Amino acid sequence: MIEQNLLAALILLPFAGSLLAATVAAHARNAAAWLSGTVMVAGLGLLAALWPAIEDGGAVRAHFAWVPSMGLNITFRIDGFAWLFMVLVMGIGLLIVLYARYYLSPKDPVPRFYSFLLAFAGAMSGILLSGNIIVLVVFWEMTSFFSFLLIGYWHHSATARDGARMALVVTGTGGLCLLAAMLILGHIVGSYNLDRVLAAGDLIREHPLYLPMLLLFLMGAFTKSAQFPFQFWLPNAMAAPTPVSAYLHSATMVKAGVFLLVRFSPALGGTTAWFWLVAGVGITTMVVGAVIALFRHDLKGLLAYSTISHLGLITALAGIGSPFAIVAAMFHIVNHAVFKASLFMAAGIIDHESGTRDMRKLSGLWKLMPFTGTLAIIAAGSMGGVPLLNGFISKEMFFAATLDAQDGSSLDLALPYLATLGAVFSVAYSLRFIHTVFFGPPPVDLPKPPHEPVPWMRRPVEALVLICLVIGVLPAATVGPYLHEAVVSVLHGDTPRYSLDLWHGFNTALMMSLVAMAAGVALYAALARRLPEGPEGPPFLHRIKGQKIFDRLLLLLSWKWPRVAHRIIGTERLQPQLRLLVLLAFVGAGWVLWGVARMVPVITWDGFDPVFAMVWAVGAACAIGAAWQAKYHRFAALVLLGGAGLVTCVTFAWLSAPDLAVTQLLVEIVTTVLLLLGMRWLPKRREEVAADRLFMAQLRRGRDLVIAVGCGVGIAAISYTVMSSPQGPTVATWFLQNAYTEGGGTNVVNVILVDFRAFDTYGEIAVLGIVALTVYALLRRFRPASESAGMPEQQVIQDARDRATEGRELGRTLHDYMFVPAILMQWMFPVTITIAAYLFFRGHDLPGGGFAGGVALAIGFLLQYIAANVRWVEARLRILPIRWIGFGLLIATATGVGSWLFGYPFLTAHAQYIDLPLIGRVPAASALLFDLGVFALVVGATILFLIAIAHQSLRSARVRAQEEARLAEAEEAAAASDAAAPRPATEGV
Amino acid sequence: MELVLSIAIGILVGSGTWLILRPRTFQVIVGLCLVSYGVNLFIFSMGRLLVGGAPVLSKDGTIIDPAAFPDPLPQALVLTAIVISFATTALFLVVLMAARGFTGTDHVDGKERDQ
Repeated sequence: MIEQNLLAALILLPFAGSLLAATVAAHARNAAAWLSGTVMVAGLGLLAALWPAIEDGGAVRAHFAWVPSMGLNITFRIDGFAWLFMVLVMGIGLLIVLYARYYLSPKDPVPRFYSFLLAFAGAMSGILLSGNIIVLVVFWEMTSFFSFLLIGYWHHSATARDGARMALVVTGTGGLCLLAAMLILGHIVGSYNLDRVLAAGDLIREHPLYLPMLLLFLMGAFTKSAQFPFQFWLPNAMAAPTPVSAYLHSATMVKAGVFLLVRFSPALGGTTAWFWLVAGVGITTMVVGAVIALFRHDLKGLLAYSTISHLGLITALAGIGSPFAIVAAMFHIVNHAVFKASLFMAAGIIDHESGTRDMRKLSGLWKLMPFTGTLAIIAAGSMGGVPLLNGFISKEMFFAATLDAQDGSSLDLALPYLATLGAVFSVAYSLRFIHTVFFGPPPVDLPKPPHEPVPWMRRPVEALVLICLVIGVLPAATVGPYLHEAVVSVLHGDTPRYSLDLWHGFNTALMMSLVAMAAGVALYAALARRLPEGPEGPPFLHRIKGQKIFDRLLLLLSWKWPRVAHRIIGTERLQPQLRLLVLLAFVGAGWVLWGVARMVPVITWDGFDPVFAMVWAVGAACAIGAAWQAKYHRFAALVLLGGAGLVTCVTFAWLSAPDLAVTQLLVEIVTTVLLLLGMRWLPKRREEVAADRLFMAQLRRGRDLVIAVGCGVGIAAISYTVMSSPQGPTVATWFLQNAYTEGGGTNVVNVILVDFRAFDTYGEIAVLGIVALTVYALLRRFRPASESAGMPEQQVIQDARDRATEGRELGRTLHDYMFVPAILMQWMFPVTITIAAYLFFRGHDLPGGGFAGGVALAIGFLLQYIAANVRWVEARLRILPIRWIGFGLLIATATGVGSWLFGYPFLTAHAQYIDLPLIGRVPAASALLFDLGVFALVVGATILFLIAIAHQSLRSARVRAQEEARLAEAEEAAAASDAAAPRPATEGV
Repeated sequence: MELVLSIAIGILVGSGTWLILRPRTFQVIVGLCLVSYGVNLFIFSMGRLLVGGAPVLSKDGTIIDPAAFPDPLPQALVLTAIVISFATTALFLVVLMAARGFTGTDHVDGKERDQ
């Protein structure tokens, strides 16, 4: 149990650290660095504590149920391989933290860097420790995401942004392929559990879906590990700060791909397809990467292609797939991480202290930076495979693995030769790195005079180079036991005999090493003079730029094709879109219902009520009238719409739905007022629009009429069919039987809303609040159209009358004719509040409830606004609708969370009755509290709508005043001088 | 009863559909209101029609006969639908006003149709 907690802590630690680092002040780089360093050290400590549990082939697993019904458990497991990798992630991470502290400028937002770095380390740990292949993909995509943020850290630079975006697109796409592969894999095996998937190798290999699954899987691994032909994103990612490159391209990110290949090789490997694809792509990448690396002039570019080449080497080993090759792959993962991290850091130091990374400018630095030079030379020697350094041993194991007969195919026979060829170039570019940078004449024209860095910046490099040396000299004694555990955990019983000794006698592998060494030196000697003059990249090949192809493809996919598709099938006009939607709905309903036998309704006149029919004769006339009049007679249409709404309301009351009738009536009032307020801002339309008479316009209307009639007839037929067929048993029975006993209320509709389905209501009021805030935000920047900005016509007439009459103040007419209604409305205010409270409190047992009560209270406020002008009301009444909204949502949430305290799920209601003196027995369900939240939110939202719209008149009055002042000023200015320059329009409100 | 209500729903939805295919924003908003009446009644009618009852129980704890009550579930659904359609109407009204202010026209596309 303790180990499981340690494992969970190991996963959570970096993310917690990341959140914490994000809160550190932007200039506190020491605090952030200390925090990150502590996290890494703690991670290493946890790993040390976990070691006894995984020794001798053990593994620690921790399960957390997620969606058990779908077989999704968040499972974490750590075995020898994951442990070894985790040590690299945390250990090199620690050194990177230290290095970055001195590398980054105080001007950079350093805590943000550490926050991203820790989150990235957490995501990487997640990949290594996932025991569920879906969870693995989640962490996989997370690394893509955080690497995007890290590569784009210097977001002011366009190359950083482009590099980050390219890395995200390429690895993110690969991640999606991997997700598909994992889903297929889960389908084949019947479980997403990593242990079960790894144990089901035979089943997977014989399944018909093996090949498509493998291709998708490899897309994921190859894009991440920058394998040919997806290698192009990695050099572009060099725009990142060097600590990021050192971390992402040595121990993490790109190693995730080879981790996956090695991890899954026992389950997916061993087939011809695997060998050809993985080994073929790997060896190609190795050779191509090494060749290009030799011809790069940028230090980090050389290292980037060298990384690609070494990843190709590891991929090739995974492709060969023999137990011995797997051992070599793991060993090289470790060795490459160590020497490449130190080389990137050394390159960063050179760049930092001399101001350039261009090898054509750098020269003779050894004299100026002897310590850094020595360290870099040793690390580069390891990269080239010089004996007594760690790179040599794993490279020799690679040679030995390529010699193992696989299947006698042409690729198999070619492998040793291609491996040697790659190694030749590897030696040559390592030599170029050492020779051009550190030897030769003293440098000239460097942006900065080079010197040794601060000692602490060099410490991480020293540590890593020391490891290179120690592993190189004493491999079995140092890394041996850990490597052994890693091998056992992946291969289980299949562990080969291997020895990590330096000397295996004069065998073929040593010969290959020697040949590569000699040929590499000769190659560099031959090319040394010509390299600096050449282009950035190998002859001929440098013309093919992966980046350009990628950019073209991206342009094609994200711009050109969508434009073409938009031109052909898209429209920016609303009407065709809506028509298409309506037709789709019509056709969809028809499709489903076509030929269903019950869809032949038998029309009966049972229960025909002539009064109801009369009511609906009025309703139908209103609806059709509204449709007819909405263009030229908006006010009439609004009245008719209200008529249709009232008939609907009557129908609800008639058909046993008092709650709906109440709510509909109240909402009807508010909607009408809203639309009335909005109508003021629409253009006047007195004359007919001339184009309406055109034949085409009439044709369009005819077509729309046919669609509308079709829809109407269709839905009438469907509803009649349903209504005239008997209803089977429904969930309604349960609601009716349990509303009082379980929910403590007799109004079943209200109990459903605030208790049984409270979560839906909670979501709904949240939507209501969001809509209200959106309305508020939209109207803050509202500008009325110029022709609507003036005073409304009626007001102009009234004011003219006031002005014409002697001794009559402005606004008197309005005041007079509103006098009686205004007093009535003001006196009704307390009554309205009482009605709202009454509706609210009776809601649980009788028709009413939070919605109805809320709207009723809002109407009370609304009446005050109608009765007097806005300024008068707001001088006397302070309504803070946004607070009402927040208060309502908080109460509802608190009620929901409150049930957690008693160990129940979110929003579990508790119902009981309490006796109050004088009042008597009153319901005191917790649902009532929830309903209070609903009530408050509805009040706030409704008032916010109305006020936001009503305030537009005030605002436009202000704009009008400014406009008049401006005009007056302009006239004065014109009077003063003939040349009156037009002023820019005043930006009001 | 059923026949009348079905025809009513058909007329509401038909008028509304005609209006939402029209070019002026006010027509569309009235159309949406009409369609929402029709759809609310349609959802409500899925619980079948019952005259003279209400989904309100008595407190004496007698055994409940579900046939004596209307279906409360469609009612609860429609209640939320009424409030939400009110909110969306308000939102649409504001977008309508803003679009009118910005573009100077009340055409749904923000510009008059080119003839």
